Amino acid sequence: MESTDLGAVWLTLKLASVVTILLLIVGTPIAWWLARTRSRLKGAVGAIVALPLVLPPTVLGFYLLVTMGPNGPLGKLTEALGLGLLPFTFPGLVIASTFYSLPFVVQPIQNSFEAIGERPLEVAATLRASPWDAFWSVAVPLAKPGFLSGAILGFAHTVGEFGIVLMIGGNIPGVTRVVSVQIYDHVEALEYAQAHWLAGGMVLFSFVVLFALYTFNPARRKLA
Amino acid sequence: MSDGIRARFRVDRKDFALDVDLSLPGRGITALFGHSGSGKTTCLRALAGLERAPQGYCAIGSEVWQDEAQNLFVPTHRRALGMVFQEASLFPHLSVRGNMEFGQKRTSTATNRFSLPEIAELLGIATLLDRAPGELSGGERQRVAIARALLAAPQILLMDEPLAALDLKRKLEILPYLERLHRELALPIVYVSHAPDEVARLADHLVLLDQGRAVACGPLNEVLARIDLPATFADDAGIVIEARVAEHEADDLTRLEFPGGHIHVSRRHEPVGTLLRCRIHARDVSLALEPPMHTSILNCVDATVVDLAPTDTPGHVLVRLDVAGNPLLARITRRSADKLAIRPGLALRAQIKAVALLG
Repeated sequence: MESTDLGAVWLTLKLASVVTILLLIVGTPIAWWLARTRSRLKGAVGAIVALPLVLPPTVLGFYLLVTMGPNGPLGKLTEALGLGLLPFTFPGLVIASTFYSLPFVVQPIQNSFEAIGERPLEVAATLRASPWDAFWSVAVPLAKPGFLSGAILGFAHTVGEFGIVLMIGGNIPGVTRVVSVQIYDHVEALEYAQAHWLAGGMVLFSFVVLFALYTFNPARRKLA
Repeated sequence: MSDGIRARFRVDRKDFALDVDLSLPGRGITALFGHSGSGKTTCLRALAGLERAPQGYCAIGSEVWQDEAQNLFVPTHRRALGMVFQEASLFPHLSVRGNMEFGQKRTSTATNRFSLPEIAELLGIATLLDRAPGELSGGERQRVAIARALLAAPQILLMDEPLAALDLKRKLEILPYLERLHRELALPIVYVSHAPDEVARLADHLVLLDQGRAVACGPLNEVLARIDLPATFADDAGIVIEARVAEHEADDLTRLEFPGGHIHVSRRHEPVGTLLRCRIHARDVSLALEPPMHTSILNCVDATVVDLAPTDTPGHVLVRLDVAGNPLLARITRRSADKLAIRPGLALRAQIKAVALLG
């Protein structure tokens, strides 16, 4: 394998890890709110979170590009803060991927929270646990399967993305060129041998991840 | 009454209304009894703070938990209470010990009157501490749930039909432990139930709820002996007497004494002197003006008629009797009542055909 291939693999794993951690931090409160709210906004928020499931990545990528670009609100903000522009940088890729993989993390966690129901939290309250305490000591441990599924799916989905990376990240070696883009390059250059290595690796990786998910966590099968 | 429980709740929902104003004793077991939909569980949940009645006042002793007039509402986790739900609801990710320590760890040691080994012993779960909740029987799970609630240093224990989800065998397994709690811990218990037998066996104080209102509230027998109430107990009308085992007789009968006389029952294993609760159904009591001479019914006490009222059973009346200060109910046909000219003040003999020993 060439060093550019290894670089792409390393970048992909780095991106997926950072995005997964970020998704757990961002997705958990959203999942909790969606699981417990009686607000009328629930439908709207749920739909927005689920949008990346149906939208072509190019659409999401296009809007993110505009938003993060020099004339977009986020772009103006990052420039004003002296951070420069996000498109075609690793942080930009992280932000785009976080949006793109959000439903894959939020939905399993939300389903787990919903499955717990009200009772364990009421019991915790009668045993002197504040809502914050009960969240950490009861809800999170009971929703562990959802967190596990969410993390695995979020990670795997980020590894597998292509369109949004191309829109936001472009194709900069070591910065935004992830495995899926690298495969595309190899194929364009008719380097089928290298493309085989990476593509086969992706197939194997995806199979192992889904196999693990389906074998050890059968209750979550329907989510995947 | 500084050690009592005050609970005044008003809830108005489209499909349900609750309007109660209760003053409950700060000791013993108070049963909230009623059919499903009578508001008993809502009442308990409001006491626990799991539901907030839009208009409400709730205080345990001198501690006020809710006073909507002052816009005061103490959230559940700051109330010194223990609650046992219909399903044990143990935390599946914790062992039995972990479950029991959950509340204990969150209370200061100064307020905790009970230690884990003591409570485990009291409820007969000392050998189960390292098990997972999934490995326990229904009865064991419920005992762990009770232990868990007691270890959270409660000033009051709230129980929401704790036996309703269990089969008869498991119920019978748990009842003695509840009686033990009653005897050995000075802790007021509010016990929601729709099972007359449980109420008769456990309660000292009874609140009858019907369609969101408290129709009667008072010491157990006082409420049970009221014949003017809608027939909540229906076919189960009857009173409870506390009798002492007086003598085990040679012909396999045990004589029980109570202030109004004595009754014989099949031989009991309890030693002489033990107090037993017995339930006497109104349908098992018949009346005679003369001491009956030739009868197979052994148990016969002197009684005075206090009052009589119609019942839901067609052609029958309920007669309230006084037996040396204890109430007794008899259900007889209206025809017999007319024939014997049953009227308040009449002295007669009450024959007790059957006695249900509780416990």
